[in-house]
Amino acid sequence: MSTAIKDTQKMIEEVLDAYPEKAKKERAKHLAANDPTGQCSTCQVKSNVKSRPGVMTVRGCAFAGAKGVVWGPVKDQITISHGPIGCGQYSWWARRNYYNGQTGIDTFGTMHITTDFQEKDIVYGGDKGLDAALHELKELFPLAKGIGILSECPVGLIGDDIESVAKKVQKEFKIPIVPVRCEGFRGVSQSLGHHIANDTIRDHVLGKGRLEKTTPYDVALIGDYNIGGDAWASRKMLEEMGLRVIAQWTGDASVNEMGIAHKSKLNLIHCYRSMNYICRHMEEQYGTPWAEFNFFGPTKIYESLRKIASYFDDTIRENAEKMIAKYKPVMDAVIEQFRPNLEGKKVMLYVGGLRPRHTIGAYEDLGMEVIASGYEFGHSDDYKRTYPEMKEGAVIMDDATLYEMEEFTRRLKPDMVGSGIKEKYSYHKLGVPFRQMHSWDYSGPYHGFDGFPVFARDMDMTVNSPTWSLIRKRGVPRKSGDLVGRQL
Amino acid sequence: MKLMKIKDHNELFEAREYQEQFENKKEFEDPWPAEKVREVAEWTKTEDYKEKNFARKNIKINPVKACQPLGALFCASGFADTMPFVQGAQGCVAYFRSHLNRHFKEPLAAISTSMTEDAAVFGGLNNMLEGLENAYSLYKPKMLAVSTTCIAEVIGDDLNSYVKTAREKGLIPADLPVPQAHTPSFVGSQITGYDNQMKAILSTITTGKKSAPNGKVNVIPGFDTYTGNYRELKRLLGIMGVEHTVLADVSDTFDSPNTGEYKLYPGGTPLADAADSINAMATIALQRYSTSKTLEYIEKEWGQKTAVLPPIGVRNSDTFFEEISRISGKPIPQEIEDERGRAVDALVDSHPYVHGKRFALTGDPDLLLGLVSFIMEMGGIPVHIVCTNGDKRFEEEMNTLLSTSTFGAEGKVYINRDMWHLRSLLFTDPVDLLIGNSYAKFLWRDTGTPLIRIGFPLFDRHHLHRYPIIGYQGALNMFTQIVNTVLDELDRKTMNTTSFDVIR
Repeated sequence: MSTAIKDTQKMIEEVLDAYPEKAKKERAKHLAANDPTGQCSTCQVKSNVKSRPGVMTVRGCAFAGAKGVVWGPVKDQITISHGPIGCGQYSWWARRNYYNGQTGIDTFGTMHITTDFQEKDIVYGGDKGLDAALHELKELFPLAKGIGILSECPVGLIGDDIESVAKKVQKEFKIPIVPVRCEGFRGVSQSLGHHIANDTIRDHVLGKGRLEKTTPYDVALIGDYNIGGDAWASRKMLEEMGLRVIAQWTGDASVNEMGIAHKSKLNLIHCYRSMNYICRHMEEQYGTPWAEFNFFGPTKIYESLRKIASYFDDTIRENAEKMIAKYKPVMDAVIEQFRPNLEGKKVMLYVGGLRPRHTIGAYEDLGMEVIASGYEFGHSDDYKRTYPEMKEGAVIMDDATLYEMEEFTRRLKPDMVGSGIKEKYSYHKLGVPFRQMHSWDYSGPYHGFDGFPVFARDMDMTVNSPTWSLIRKRGVPRKSGDLVGRQL
Repeated sequence: MKLMKIKDHNELFEAREYQEQFENKKEFEDPWPAEKVREVAEWTKTEDYKEKNFARKNIKINPVKACQPLGALFCASGFADTMPFVQGAQGCVAYFRSHLNRHFKEPLAAISTSMTEDAAVFGGLNNMLEGLENAYSLYKPKMLAVSTTCIAEVIGDDLNSYVKTAREKGLIPADLPVPQAHTPSFVGSQITGYDNQMKAILSTITTGKKSAPNGKVNVIPGFDTYTGNYRELKRLLGIMGVEHTVLADVSDTFDSPNTGEYKLYPGGTPLADAADSINAMATIALQRYSTSKTLEYIEKEWGQKTAVLPPIGVRNSDTFFEEISRISGKPIPQEIEDERGRAVDALVDSHPYVHGKRFALTGDPDLLLGLVSFIMEMGGIPVHIVCTNGDKRFEEEMNTLLSTSTFGAEGKVYINRDMWHLRSLLFTDPVDLLIGNSYAKFLWRDTGTPLIRIGFPLFDRHHLHRYPIIGYQGALNMFTQIVNTVLDELDRKTMNTTSFDVIR
């Protein structure tokens, strides 16, 4: 075992010391020093198991995965937050899944629509109210192409039969009414919500869309939620390659696109974690192959363009090379501008689906090093894809707690941290440059050739904002001028 | 070196290539014909649509309401060294935290017991025990304020016996206060959750603390998401020389100075002060609907006088200071009189731009009562008043308030309604100005009614919560916001006419 790995393991042990015995034993399995070769048996983290109560996990729930991530962005269906008021309120237009359409008329993405359960619904059940709610929605929104019923905790606990309500109403309305059993208590994180949502896509909409003709160049863009326009930036590239994107899942998606992806020649999946299930299904059921790719940062983009092209003929392969030749000078100019400001800076990441590994290359393109990374709701296949991307001895963390992140930050002294809104402001207080890497901090896109310049600009402004150097430690005499800046 | 121009989403997608992409994508979207979309869009603006919209009983569309545990968390976070502790599913707490983070742009620590399917079957005892042990060991709170989410309530977790077991097992100290509030999301809203948690905390922490009167006045601000209000309140009571305890003082929790260190517990009402609140001469609440159970408890159990004195607007502030003066025996100092004079001076100076302007409003009950009172003082006309979490009592109180002024004659209050109802009202009976939270911007976009952002949550404008809206200074702040919105709108409307005046 190398010194790098040993040193990191020692640091992890120190951090774990604050835990009570049981939690310590459990948490130890989720924190490791990276071994890119996969040889070191103690370097594999355990994942996708229950969070310990009381430790302050960052994780959300199945509802967040199904409503917030997968189904919510489908623009021309109405998504009902079925149950009490809160879940829909707090997930209301929080993920910035951009779409084109007239909201409230033919699209519904930025609306918060809920059955607002009251005590009587708990006592007598919510099915009758749901039936009536579906009718009221149909009357007010006649152009809706479907309605999703996204269940919150009480629905499952009181034994409502939303499936039979959906079935009955679907016959009447002749549009998909999709019951989704994504109650927040199911599973251990957002992850099961993704899976449940994938299964309902399979059962209720896949195979039912209209597509006039097919071509040899048809692809579907899967697992891109169009945060800040990411999917549009990716689509532009695929089209420039000569491919025809017949479906976009689920950023800016229409119900029809949800029904035709199986007709593609290749499913291109960006967020593997949240939509691999449906790709596997289409492979088994329709023989549609699928490929993972990474459109963050030029190195990974060039690699991915070539990989995608390899599934097609010479024309597409030539197009890919032409694109690389065309955009490389632009990407080089971006790097030339920003790399000097970012060279050697250390990054700590703790995010969701694909970013803990997919953004590493983009940081490296800017001369930065990711020294710690982890997933809120990753599985072992995510971690297997991550180990080789990181240096030996880097910290790998699964389902990290507020306490652990703070301790790792003190010890590793990253120059910037990329994580979520719940983490953001504690880092601001610490004086550690921080960027939200779920929502791009209201910026974006970060995908593709159009996204990388935005990514580079944003990382530069994060690390190099002069505001960090204004921070003054409490109690330090003014004249000493002891600015905390980025030193913890 | 000349820096390259980088286009992000705000500009990027206007480019021709993206516009073409959007057009071409329609081939796969199976969209409705543009004519049909236009037709339906026009129909949604009609009386016919409004009628159908108001006939709905089973679905909320863009409601202005959060759930009980969010209010409980908010309340608990206003006590020093206190960790909000939620018996329930972890996703709920992730949501509460992120919601409050986005409004205040501040961190918030809060615990969940991560209840999952097995807890739903077997009960949440083990989650609670391990949760209490871990939370206490890692985060060293001096109080763990328990609230609940739906799952714990539906299965009927017995919080009290769970906490007792935890103490017996030595997982938490015997004397650690662990108040418990039942706060299912299918009852009430964030304002009742606040009330439940406040009552639980006060009843726990004051047990056995009854002693000689301390000569202080307790002030409970209620579910008030303006940190500026807390600082203003303390400043004003300080000027008056009134000894006071603010119960659930969130000002530092949600607006702490940046000193290069992260504090889990950046402020809040000291627990000793909170315990001593039982010995105060009176308790004043600044909101009615988020404090009613607590006030009832204080009157009954502590034998203390209570009053509800919401200081929003000039006359409400007058009443506030007069009553505080009466209760404390301290006169209203000239400094405060001068503040009043300056605020009134501003109202008088700018009245032509607000007089006769028609308003639509949406928000929490107490905020709406304050705002409507203030609007009528300015010569404005409250027209549509939409309150998703208001009850019958609120409706009556609002109607009484409207009847006190001729400016209230047009006012109609809608309880248990939402912003989609308000959309219909704004189309069928347009107004000049809209007051609401950040989500009301969708109404601004659809109907063109200028939006004044007052309320919760405020996600899309920064730092508004730092500026008080209570007292005379608060009235001036709100008035400045209102009158300048009117003037901005005038400029926008007249920019291509001769009326584009530079002196207004």
